[in-house]
Amino acid sequence: MSGRLRAFGAFWYDFVIGDDWLLAAGVVIGLAGTYLLSHAGVAAWWLLPVLVAALLPASLWKATRRRG
Amino acid sequence: MTAGAWALFLAVFLACAVEAVEATTIVLAAGTARDWRSAATGTGAALAVLAVIVAVAGPAVSAIPLHALRLVIGALLLVFGLQWLRKAILRASGHKALHDEDKLYAEHLAEAAAAQAGGRTALVPDWYGFTLAFKGVVLEGLEVVFIVLTFGSNARDIPVAAVAAGVAVLLVAAAGVAVRAPLARVPENTLKFIVGIMLTSFGLLWGAEGAGARWPGSDAALLVLIPAVAAGAAGLTAALRRSSAVPAGAQA
Repeated sequence: MSGRLRAFGAFWYDFVIGDDWLLAAGVVIGLAGTYLLSHAGVAAWWLLPVLVAALLPASLWKATRRRG
Repeated sequence: MTAGAWALFLAVFLACAVEAVEATTIVLAAGTARDWRSAATGTGAALAVLAVIVAVAGPAVSAIPLHALRLVIGALLLVFGLQWLRKAILRASGHKALHDEDKLYAEHLAEAAAAQAGGRTALVPDWYGFTLAFKGVVLEGLEVVFIVLTFGSNARDIPVAAVAAGVAVLLVAAAGVAVRAPLARVPENTLKFIVGIMLTSFGLLWGAEGAGARWPGSDAALLVLIPAVAAGAAGLTAALRRSSAVPAGAQA
């Protein structure tokens, strides 16, 4: 039973989080920041693109460093 | 159709085509190594399960308020898009092995050929072949369902998303049946690169909107986001290619 639960959890982790948790964590932080800025009356559309522009190279750098 | 509807059609079509290629490879392996009738029955059963999921989840997803839907779906699309882009860039720059349908097909084929037959009925002469096809179509099909429901309901245009998915699946399935071989000529890695760009762009647009931000130009911001994400991904691929080429040259 616990093995099946673990397999179920692993399936969903792999499906949603994938190979690098940093990307998922960064997206959640970016959305939270966008929410806070927007509700404080500040234009926040730029925050997610800026974060993605930093996250993707960081994740790739991690992956190539590990393989290299 | 409007430019937005075409963008929706293209994104759903390409994403579903990639999933359909993977499902077709598994069904072909089940049919070739085991039994065609069992593979076909497994595929039919899987499509019936998927139809039930669509019938239940479709109206439920459509009933969620647009802001909440865009926040959750935008976040998921952004995470999926970034994962796809990451993999596609690593593959295109030579840091990860290319997705090889021929190799996957051979692996599925060897696995299927080695397995025991199990019980048999008139409709399903081979339960292993049935299960292999059923599992492959359900798992890849779930992703197709997810893409159609999320893209379609966010854009408030489920019919366009459903038609795009249907056309993609039918085209790929017809090609698979016609050649009775893995669709190795489909440029799957290139498709995944493009789909990663589309998922990331739509995820940025809908995620930020769901969190309360307003894009300059509203949905027309996609016309800037898609080329910007594509240019960024191409730039990263080029940079990684250069960095992987330097040590190889130094060793030679």
